[in-house]
Amino acid sequence: MAEQKKSLLNVHSYSKECAERYDGADLQQTKTSDGPPLIQMKLSDAIFDLCRANSLWPLTFGLSCCAIEMMCCGMARFDMARYGAEVFRPSPRQSDLMIVAGTVNRKMAPALVTLYEQMPAPRYVIAMGNCAVAGGPFAVEANYDVVLGVDKLIPVDVYIPGCPPRPEALIEGILQLQEQITGKRFPFPQNKMPEGA
Amino acid sequence: MEIFYSLLPELIRIVIAAICGAVIVFGNALVMGYAERKLAGHIMFRPGPMEVGPHGIYQLVIDGLKLMGKQLVIPKNADTPLFMLAPLIAFAPVFVPLLVIPFSDKIQGFDLDVGLLLILAFASINVLAILIGGWSSNNKYSLFGAIRSVAQNVAYEIPMLISLLAIIFMTNTFSLKEIAAAQSPVWFVVIQPLAFLIYIVAMVAETNRAPFDLPEAESELTAGFHTEYSGMSFSLFVLGEYANMFIVCSVATVFFLGGDSGIPLPYFEYTGIIWFLLKVYLLMFFLIWIRWTYPRTRFDQLMNFCWKYLIPFSLVNLLITVVMVKLL
Repeated sequence: MAEQKKSLLNVHSYSKECAERYDGADLQQTKTSDGPPLIQMKLSDAIFDLCRANSLWPLTFGLSCCAIEMMCCGMARFDMARYGAEVFRPSPRQSDLMIVAGTVNRKMAPALVTLYEQMPAPRYVIAMGNCAVAGGPFAVEANYDVVLGVDKLIPVDVYIPGCPPRPEALIEGILQLQEQITGKRFPFPQNKMPEGA
Repeated sequence: MEIFYSLLPELIRIVIAAICGAVIVFGNALVMGYAERKLAGHIMFRPGPMEVGPHGIYQLVIDGLKLMGKQLVIPKNADTPLFMLAPLIAFAPVFVPLLVIPFSDKIQGFDLDVGLLLILAFASINVLAILIGGWSSNNKYSLFGAIRSVAQNVAYEIPMLISLLAIIFMTNTFSLKEIAAAQSPVWFVVIQPLAFLIYIVAMVAETNRAPFDLPEAESELTAGFHTEYSGMSFSLFVLGEYANMFIVCSVATVFFLGGDSGIPLPYFEYTGIIWFLLKVYLLMFFLIWIRWTYPRTRFDQLMNFCWKYLIPFSLVNLLITVVMVKLL
């Protein structure tokens, strides 16, 4: 059962798919980059990366219906707290992870970019749901207002497709982000939950 | 030189007490942070931190290290010196009250004659730190949070003080050790239940915790006075908050719950610390419990509750105590 479910969780990292879709050129102009850290030491970097991966505090930030699934993810049945990611900080200064959960309008875009720029340096973005990934059902001729993919505005680390994606998919996305940060896949789940939980 | 030698034991005592204070502050923050997240999880019927170490016990160490590695943002229009100073002012004074708290008969930094006054004086510096932090951030949410915090803390200090004053009238001393020793037959919580209730309510408000966490109400004020603080400066505020919780709970234990008294263990002058810490952490558990159980009050309700109920009741309690002390 668990194996079957795992195959359904199809989460794409920021890699080939994204580069193919946008050819890179479009992205480079718009996205703001943090650059490499000033001081680089291998051991301390490894330790700090481990810490960052296991305490991703998300920003309290939901744009539309995907946010309901994100909230569900913090509740009893799925519980992001198991990975230390339940501390939803209201202030962008104290958060590490922005989960763009929903449709980004042209009107919302400046606020989203401001919030992203207000987050301090080791910061990560998850684009959750079809709208945030590539516009979803709004990617049509008649569209005049929806930004087709949040990666036109800010750099995205992990894409989670789905309309909306299930909470397991968001947890899988967080695990993928942990893998990107530390270079190692954390076993899922380390502590076995009772059947049906 | 002779003066130096005569002062040497005292100096060593100060150093040891300060080191123990630092251990308590950081250890308490680790334990309470983990307990808070784990209890919050269990109250909401979910496991809480689980994957970092067995049952997530390293979660707070990991969080602390991560906060150390975060970028420190200073807003462009902030008052930079004050902005950097505020977390230090919130964090540094918490070491001093720990010196006078009698953990057991023999484990105490100093037994000052004015122990209570020292604790109250240093505990109220926290308000100044919040005000400085809110003002210097140059952010409207921070400023609102700071103003609320000052109004709330100044108001709730009065019933807190008056309820403790009733005990002072009964024991005739400000020294915490003697107050703890004065309740050997009966704890003061039995004799002064009203003062205890008022102190508990004022204690929750003083430490800015839910249901009275108006200074950092995230539904209205983003994150209140520490909206602009990131990384380590934010965690210094949190350390200060947990240390303040420890201090007010210790004061409640000394004044109402008999200090280190309990079932006597061998070497009771030293092992009394077990009972003391047990009572303190039970009170802290109570604080966490009500935080995750009750919704936030409205600000006018909060202030009305203090000025219209707590202060009159504490004054009446004080009056009755004074009359009874005079008569008996």
